[in-house]
Amino acid sequence: MSEGWFAGVEPDDPEAGAAAIRDGRADAPADWPGLAVEAGFADDSREYYARLRAAAIEAARTAAAERERADDRQAIHAVRAMDDAERTANELAERVAEWSASRYGESGTDVEYCRELVRRADAGGVAAEGPDASATAPTADGTPPTADGALAGLAARVVELDAEADRLRAFVEHTAGAVAPNLAALAGPVLGARLLALAGSLESLAKKPSGTIQVLGAEEALFAHLRGAAPSPKHGVVYTHEYVRSTRPEERGSAARALAGKLAIAARIDYYAGDRRPALERELDERIARIQARGDGSGGGTGATDGPESNGNDEGDGDDSGDRPADGRPPGDG
Amino acid sequence: MTLPEGVAYREFDGAERLATRGTPAYGEPVVDGWRVWDAGRSKLGAMFDAGIDTGLSGSDGVLYLGAANGTTASHVADFARVVYAVEFAARPMDDLLDAAAARETLVPLLNDARQPDTYAHVVENGLDAVVQDVATRGQAQVALANRQFLADDGRLVAALKARSEDVTREPGAIFGDALAELREGYEVLDTRRLDPRHDDHLAVVARPR
Repeated sequence: MSEGWFAGVEPDDPEAGAAAIRDGRADAPADWPGLAVEAGFADDSREYYARLRAAAIEAARTAAAERERADDRQAIHAVRAMDDAERTANELAERVAEWSASRYGESGTDVEYCRELVRRADAGGVAAEGPDASATAPTADGTPPTADGALAGLAARVVELDAEADRLRAFVEHTAGAVAPNLAALAGPVLGARLLALAGSLESLAKKPSGTIQVLGAEEALFAHLRGAAPSPKHGVVYTHEYVRSTRPEERGSAARALAGKLAIAARIDYYAGDRRPALERELDERIARIQARGDGSGGGTGATDGPESNGNDEGDGDDSGDRPADGRPPGDG
Repeated sequence: MTLPEGVAYREFDGAERLATRGTPAYGEPVVDGWRVWDAGRSKLGAMFDAGIDTGLSGSDGVLYLGAANGTTASHVADFARVVYAVEFAARPMDDLLDAAAARETLVPLLNDARQPDTYAHVVENGLDAVVQDVATRGQAQVALANRQFLADDGRLVAALKARSEDVTREPGAIFGDALAELREGYEVLDTRRLDPRHDDHLAVVARPR
């Protein structure tokens, strides 16, 4: 038997009532006003409704505010921080590699190599310089800093920075999924967050035409194109989506355009409605499958002449008219 | 006359318009305490304006699914005994809360109408009406899932939106499927297209069976 929201709630405590409304559930409704009066939660139904309403308003207010706080700004900050952490880790890893090459005569340029250095330093008893130690000050036990120690310390920072980037990625994945569930489902949470960051906000992304979303992140190439100096870019950051990358180069423009179209719809649903629409993913899957099946020789008769050379005669898909940015050109986003 | 008690035609600027008595909620015209219920903005308003018998009589217990920013829900709250207003999106909740602050009968709930178990511990059973205006796929399923809140002689008053189910299919075919699904749990009493005020919407009045 399910219980009403008022079970175990003090009548004069709207916050406890709000928590019970937000977190509770029941298999079936019942005559809650009658039961509440019976249980002494309220003297009459009038008082019951007043208490219910106070608690419900509090519950809706706090729940809505919480969802708004887990908002697009947080996802944007987090994805930028994640990119900064990754880029910095890579830069420092290169510095470590250059330095260690001068001492140990070996090479290795990535974070993995830094991990290896840290392991070796630990095993060899080299005291890595911690964050508290300045480069010239003696180490904790009074001995002067060594190059090995400084190098191991720097490598340790790289490893930590890389771990921080992973933590930020997890946060981005969680936040993007909460603030823009459809966008995150279609684009992947990280690409979704990048699009939010490039557009500035979910609102602004929701108001952008899909052609703009398609080239977000390729602004340099786009303006070069507008100056007449370059072909139009086929894609911006949507390039990182597997549906674009896994498509043959000749069809990538089509794939990017199809993806951007669905992402634009997803962003609008996320901003204006907020509910999940799994149908979008299915539509995108079908669309990409059709694009990728084009001219790959398995088209069963019709595909024979449908190579990239037959441009301007795109089969089937009605929305391929007005084909811009154009297909069959080298990628313009440098 | 099929208008509930508390809903009436009043004269505004020389025109007879649907109205309820209550605190204005969204800048609508008010005369003598009556505020205009714009049938162009509200599907339920359009149903009343079209003369559909909704079964609402005044002082009803109502579960309102898809309250959005509370435009229509606030009018229902003006004449109902209690309105449980369910809305899943956080963004319109501010407006809905404003409407609720001015109405003792309006109980806002930030929940998904497709998951009635998340509010069945709050919403009572034996209600007179479930008013449904949700823009989601599977609107017939939503109506069936929320049938448990209705009294035996209660009414489902739904505005089905074809474009939420499938933008590519013909609305008539979509409505046919939705009604067939509805009949699993409801007896359909009346249907009416709400064009041109609300394109591709079908008004449905039904009772549990």
